[in-house]
Amino acid sequence: MWTLIAQIFPYAIAFTIPLLITALGGLFSERSGVVNIGLEGLMVVGSFSAAMVIYSLQPTMSIDIAVWIGLLAAALAGGLFSLLHAFASINLNANQVISGTAINMMAGALTVFLARNVTGSGNIPIVRGLIRRNIPVLSEIPIIGRLFFTGTYATTWLVLVILFIGWFVIYKTSYGLRLRACGEHPHAADSAGVNVYKTRYIAVIISGAFSGLGGGILLVTIAGEFTGSVAGLGFLALASLIFGQWKPLGILGATAFFGIASTIANVSSVIPMLQVIPGVLLKVFPYVVTLIALVAFSKSSQAPKAAGEPYEKGKR
Amino acid sequence: MKLSILNKIPKSLIVSLLAVVFGLLAGALFMLFTGNNPFEGYTYLIRGGTMNIERLGNTLATASPLILTGLSVAFAFRTGLFNIGASGQMLFGGFCATAVALTLSAPKPILLLISVIAAGIGGALWGVVPGLLKSKFNVHEVVSSIMMNWIAYWVIYYAVPTYLKGAFLETESKKISHEASLRVDWLTNLFDGSYINLGLFIGIISVIVIAFILNKTVLGYELKSVGFNRYAAEYAGISVNKNIVLAMMISGALAGLAGAALYIGNASNIQIGILPPQGFDGIAVSLLGSNTPIGVLAAAIFFGLLYSGKGFMNAMTNIPPEIADTIIATIIYFAATSVLIEKGLDRLKKKRRGN
Repeated sequence: MWTLIAQIFPYAIAFTIPLLITALGGLFSERSGVVNIGLEGLMVVGSFSAAMVIYSLQPTMSIDIAVWIGLLAAALAGGLFSLLHAFASINLNANQVISGTAINMMAGALTVFLARNVTGSGNIPIVRGLIRRNIPVLSEIPIIGRLFFTGTYATTWLVLVILFIGWFVIYKTSYGLRLRACGEHPHAADSAGVNVYKTRYIAVIISGAFSGLGGGILLVTIAGEFTGSVAGLGFLALASLIFGQWKPLGILGATAFFGIASTIANVSSVIPMLQVIPGVLLKVFPYVVTLIALVAFSKSSQAPKAAGEPYEKGKR
Repeated sequence: MKLSILNKIPKSLIVSLLAVVFGLLAGALFMLFTGNNPFEGYTYLIRGGTMNIERLGNTLATASPLILTGLSVAFAFRTGLFNIGASGQMLFGGFCATAVALTLSAPKPILLLISVIAAGIGGALWGVVPGLLKSKFNVHEVVSSIMMNWIAYWVIYYAVPTYLKGAFLETESKKISHEASLRVDWLTNLFDGSYINLGLFIGIISVIVIAFILNKTVLGYELKSVGFNRYAAEYAGISVNKNIVLAMMISGALAGLAGAALYIGNASNIQIGILPPQGFDGIAVSLLGSNTPIGVLAAAIFFGLLYSGKGFMNAMTNIPPEIADTIIATIIYFAATSVLIEKGLDRLKKKRRGN
């Protein structure tokens, strides 16, 4: 049992991290009042950009440096692409769900279109991604050391740091207060001198950058190749956001939960002890749990009140 | 003179046409950007979908599921609901149809009737869940139907290999027999061996039925009232909750029929690991058709042309086939931001009036 847990754990963490950073991006956007169902597409954009950059840099420099430049490019590209969503939903009062859908479709089609012009097949392989490393000293601790500090990716720690900073920004800074105010009652925020448009723009760009980074991390830790899709991880991140009730620590719990469930489902066919649980149950588990959470919290939902509603200055 | 023409055409039509123009322009830019000739590209794209009777048939066949998903999304829109779950409803409906087609043996007309009904019921079942959650617990239908999409994805992912496994591949079901397929000889012969099938007629009949329901029945009136203003509708004595459930059920059933048109019509088996993109394209079809049945029909045929011509274009030029999907996504984006276009139109009209 112990060896089994120790074997699965690194995979579960690796699977959780891209989900976590993407859901955190969604958190910023939705807390500011802009629903972003384009997370999936933004992840695809990030994965594509990272793959493109690493693919073109890998002949000329060390892979380790190329990977980090790739991740930076992923975050930048995600942020840039999310401007489309920001412009539509903040300036043009567009239906945010339709705009998000357009982002998803455009990302899936456009990236493969561009990839085909580069590699011909539409897939972009990279030589290798990040290498798992042991954390010195800490990995010597019994049990915890084996689970958390052995064979970890640097990106895992990066994302956890970002999560902490994100929590700090949202709850402890004036920008965070403004952000939350814009998501709850934009008119009140405006009358208090908050620039709703600017606040929302920043939030949507952050969501794009984080989702792009999520797609990039997925590429360099798990996927190893850009294939034009992230297999619904963006929507899983959206589910985590709801299940975590729009709170940073909530989504940490939710993504870890979903990450473990998905990992068990992925490995259950090769590990006899897990074969008793039907894979389908583990796979639909996150979505069913989210539906149940939606019902359970329907009376006391923590959802930002103004999420999804365009802000019109003159409207009362 | 020009002004009067501009006023006669409905604004929604102008907005749709402009969205298409912008989408095609964006496509042309992408072609240019990747070093291709857009004129050549579009010529081959259109020829690929229309140059002979067989390809014309294929275009109509490609359009058939789009007609139904577009209708599904449009119907929900009219009731003020956003059915982003057409994809999952379609997948589950298609799975039900395939299951019937593979297990039941009966004369062709009866078998087809049962398969198509099964598809409709399957889709309705998948669609009614978000409807119920919305009416009973006020859960937003967009979120719940996204969840339902992925539940369908994984259920089919495991159900097909377990129950309907094909002879060679784990990732697809057995092929359905000619008896169970919506393809019929007279239609295939009429269109020179195209894969056009009865799915087209399911689509056209649905367009007529839905147009009738929306415009000529009490049910349609109630549904539209709920869509315009649910509080006013409630005040007028219309049961909002009942209509929400009903609308999602009918919308789901239409998407389920699209599943039949795709999996036992255009295709002959069901593959796992894919949420049918036609479900999301339905949103584009519906928007472009300004949520009217006849508009949906026209928009679906246009998208059918883009999709069925892209293979030929790819064969004749270096342009990747994904250009068609890119164009469609761009069209949705411009349809979503139609405020911009409408504002522009208003400004144009004012200017003319000023002169």
